Amino acid sequence: MAYLVSHPDEVKVVSKRFGRGAANLDRYLELDGYKAVQKALGMEADAIINEIKTSNLRGRGGAGFPTGLKWSFVPKQSAKPKYVLCNGDESEPGTCKDRLIFEHDPHSVIEGVMIAAMAVGSKTGFIYLRGEYRYLVEIMEKAVADAYARGFIGKNIFGSGKDLEVYVHSGAGAYEVGEESALMESLEGKRGIPRIRPPFPAVVGLWGGPTVINNAETLASVPHIMLGGGQWFADIGTPKNGGTHLVSISGNVERPGVYELPLGYNLKKMIYEVAGGIQGGRKLKGVVPGGSSVPILLPEEIDIPADYDGLAKAGSMLGSGAVIVLDETMCIVRFAKRVIEFYQHESCGWCIPCREGTDWLRKTLTRFHAGHGVMKDIDNLKYLADNMLGRTFCPLGDAAAMPIISYVQKYRPEFEAHLDGKPCPLEKVHESVLV
Amino acid sequence: MKFSDRLEKRFTEMSTHYPTKRSVLVPMLLYIQDEVGAVTDEVIAEMARRVDLTELEVRNVVSYYSMMRTRPIGKYNFQVCTNVSCLLRGGEEILQHTQKKLGVKNKQSTPDGLFHVEEVECIGACSWAPAMMLNYEYHENLTAEKIDELIAGLKKKEEQ
Repeated sequence: MAYLVSHPDEVKVVSKRFGRGAANLDRYLELDGYKAVQKALGMEADAIINEIKTSNLRGRGGAGFPTGLKWSFVPKQSAKPKYVLCNGDESEPGTCKDRLIFEHDPHSVIEGVMIAAMAVGSKTGFIYLRGEYRYLVEIMEKAVADAYARGFIGKNIFGSGKDLEVYVHSGAGAYEVGEESALMESLEGKRGIPRIRPPFPAVVGLWGGPTVINNAETLASVPHIMLGGGQWFADIGTPKNGGTHLVSISGNVERPGVYELPLGYNLKKMIYEVAGGIQGGRKLKGVVPGGSSVPILLPEEIDIPADYDGLAKAGSMLGSGAVIVLDETMCIVRFAKRVIEFYQHESCGWCIPCREGTDWLRKTLTRFHAGHGVMKDIDNLKYLADNMLGRTFCPLGDAAAMPIISYVQKYRPEFEAHLDGKPCPLEKVHESVLV
Repeated sequence: MKFSDRLEKRFTEMSTHYPTKRSVLVPMLLYIQDEVGAVTDEVIAEMARRVDLTELEVRNVVSYYSMMRTRPIGKYNFQVCTNVSCLLRGGEEILQHTQKKLGVKNKQSTPDGLFHVEEVECIGACSWAPAMMLNYEYHENLTAEKIDELIAGLKKKEEQ
């Protein structure tokens, strides 16, 4: 079970039921549960979509695509069934927020799926959880069964004459499946290999039917927007970056944890005040602000608003809201090597720039970290990574290349310190601070 | 092969969720593995028959997912994360300590068939790093002492 933390600067929306027993349906009802969906049932589909558009809710999985706009792409008429798919394949290194939603507020995810289904005219919703989250699959299955037992889902929900089936589906270990088209392949019982787009899932998705795919946190935000109003949610954040988001803070800070902060909250303040500053009073080396796939920021680059646009302006991304903090004892080459080992392992091998690029980057960085690097390798790393960007079916290639480019650009002297058979200058330092 | 009643029930129930037969494949294979210990040749043949695929097509799915294995492993699977958030808090050292303590290398089981150690990618416990999974159970904010206690506890449980 994951531990909960708290800070006065938090604005609890998605996390407001955390730690309050809301996995129990009666308790959830006491805490305004299933009110939002009943409100939505009395609204026209377009009115629901407009409310979400007004809220400026953007995808919390990483891409930050406006949710209302995504829903509006689903055709009104469709010969094939339409689907809603909740992406709970949370796997981006650094990210551990959806886990808390499934654990503490599973019905909010169901309610989000229901409202999305009302908005796009779907009769079937799937909640896909990563295979490692077995205890959460059990929690979600119970929540779904409880909701069926009360008639909240199934036939004629809340007497509306509308039907909606909701199913929980488990993965079996694959980062790549978090990508939306690979997610659909996996749900269809295949290898999680991405599909070429267009057509986008909103038009041709699961089993060829129009499909809305949203991250779990995105969907869990929806009921709160329906109850509080789109404008209320939008006002919490910054322009075009509506609401709050769950920030998973990890690495070398005093108080790591998942905090819910308004979009646009200052990144530096997040690290030094909310998370209690750098572990052991050491110096900050860098911040990876959105999961391991985003470019790193130097200490002098973090006095910025943490929202989609603020981080894009700083040359990085908000991603999944995972803030990974590195202190001065971590060797950047070692860090880069670990990042690329991950992407090389997770590359599905479907397209060559990603399959070959991640492998060559891994080989180069491994040799480099062991002290067998030559000057030319440093430029080669950037050359390899540059040639992966934008040349792959899905964003995994970019996710592997972007951080590596940023490490080389921003910490070049440290790469140079590894040359000519010199051992890593920080290896022993890092070991000495581990408790 | 014959499914247990529990697996049979799950298979029948899950088959109603999707418009195609093969859609049950990924979760179903994992549930079978949990009971049988591995996705063996018999499991593959049985699932292929049930969802109208060739064995090769099922094998193709099995090989993609990191949690599926075709051979059984030790009873207690220590899956230690060493990805970045864990790396920053000593995940690699935890992995090394566990391997040393059990006298095995990565992806090896102890000769008595009790323990298995595996280095894994991010398990979604980043804010509580370093972390590991022990047969689906999360263990977080790990220290070498906690690993020792876990191992000792399991050994004791097995002796009884």
